Amino acid sequence: MLKRLGLRSVALGYLVVVLLAPLAMVFYRTFQNGLEPVWQALSDPNTIHAFKITLYATAVAVPVNTVFGVLCALAIVRRRFRGKGLLNAFIDLPLAVSPVVVGLSLYLLYSPRSGWFGTRLSEHGIQVLFAFPAIVLATIFVSVPFVAREVIPTLRELGREQEQAAATLGANRWQRFWRITLPSIRWAVIYGVVLTTARCLGEYGAVAVVSGRIEGQTETATLRVEDYLLNFNDSGAYAVSLVLATIAVVVLVLMTLIKPKEESY
Amino acid sequence: MVTSPEALAALKLTLGASLVVVLINTVLGTITAWVLVRDDFRGKSLVNAVIDLPFALPTIVAGFTLLALYGPRSPVGIDVAYTRAAIVLALCFVTLPFVIRTVQPVLLELDVEMEEAARSLGARGTTVFRKIVLPNLLPGILSGAVLALARALGEIGSVVLISGNLPYHTEVASVFVLNRIESGDPVGASALAIVLLGAAFVLLLAIGAVRFYVTRHERA
Repeated sequence: MLKRLGLRSVALGYLVVVLLAPLAMVFYRTFQNGLEPVWQALSDPNTIHAFKITLYATAVAVPVNTVFGVLCALAIVRRRFRGKGLLNAFIDLPLAVSPVVVGLSLYLLYSPRSGWFGTRLSEHGIQVLFAFPAIVLATIFVSVPFVAREVIPTLRELGREQEQAAATLGANRWQRFWRITLPSIRWAVIYGVVLTTARCLGEYGAVAVVSGRIEGQTETATLRVEDYLLNFNDSGAYAVSLVLATIAVVVLVLMTLIKPKEESY
Repeated sequence: MVTSPEALAALKLTLGASLVVVLINTVLGTITAWVLVRDDFRGKSLVNAVIDLPFALPTIVAGFTLLALYGPRSPVGIDVAYTRAAIVLALCFVTLPFVIRTVQPVLLELDVEMEEAARSLGARGTTVFRKIVLPNLLPGILSGAVLALARALGEIGSVVLISGNLPYHTEVASVFVLNRIESGDPVGASALAIVLLGAAFVLLLAIGAVRFYVTRHERA
């Protein structure tokens, strides 16, 4: 009993010191000087613009990676093809590699002076680097694996019997997918979408490299936090952090609500 | 360029800090997973939900929150800002869930009867843990630790605000790469970036190997 209590206090103590206390601190510090500075920071046009850029990039990246993730999961679980093992391993690459390295690779490809694609595109007057397209590309790259990772195990457990039954009853491929497969994996897809969204909203490293961080133009919400802090505007940094932290708490609640449904699909 | 003293220092620091952090989170993560599965107390499901916070919270906000609590204006009187301890702290935060989330499902499936049998044969607590529990948890612990190591080696967002980024002292590899790019030296950045990329490949293969071992083991 004593040992049990000891382990419990070690585990909980660690969680409080590393996770909970810092989070509580942000909520406390933000409102320390009242609502006025918070409102001032959040109604700043450059802050609003930063949140818009983040939302737009997320709005592109999430649907792209949802479709790609489901297709990838179907291919990995249901098909046999050369390089399947490689695909299965390397779909996780964005989880393992530094986001700064992702940013650098985009930088090298799309630099208008020396990039492989960048020089051609800039001849046609299209700017990717230090503009919105680069932010979208970076956001898509870092959030690739989440939907596939959630869907793959669910698809494995699901098996093929129901689909085969539907096929013998005359359902075509499309009907089988919409009526049988998709409803069975829907909670896994939704869980993956929640994780993808959280990752997109919080992306920092890759976007820091490719966005150019131009205030009011290519600055995202996370870059805004750093910008405020470097300009000694602490209340601004707290206000933007508070919004992002609140979104994170909502994401946690959604994850907790969806998880049991996903596991029982 | 990889051998430039500043790059080497950044690489050494990143590797050292990451290994320390992985060690901390492997031990404490296994304990936490055990507490979440075998122990019972009020608010356990809440604690279980909170574990995923580092996946949900933007890393830059994580770094900022740590700076708020353990920085110059710390209300608890602990100021580690701009030191190597701050880097370890930030990396502990972002890699906290990995080992817990890989060990937890294995522990849930683990048959208690095996441990009871060992105990009825006279094995003591530590022996049961060493001979029964640990060997079963090892693949989970390993894959969690490798994931955490990969994450720690490449981490930037949580570190950049609290570490101070002093070359040779608190500048980690990712920050070095970012600084090189921003000062117009993509070649210097690429040199260290390739090392980081290579490390990511190796660690992915390691995770693949652990997975392969586990599935083969389960079939046999």
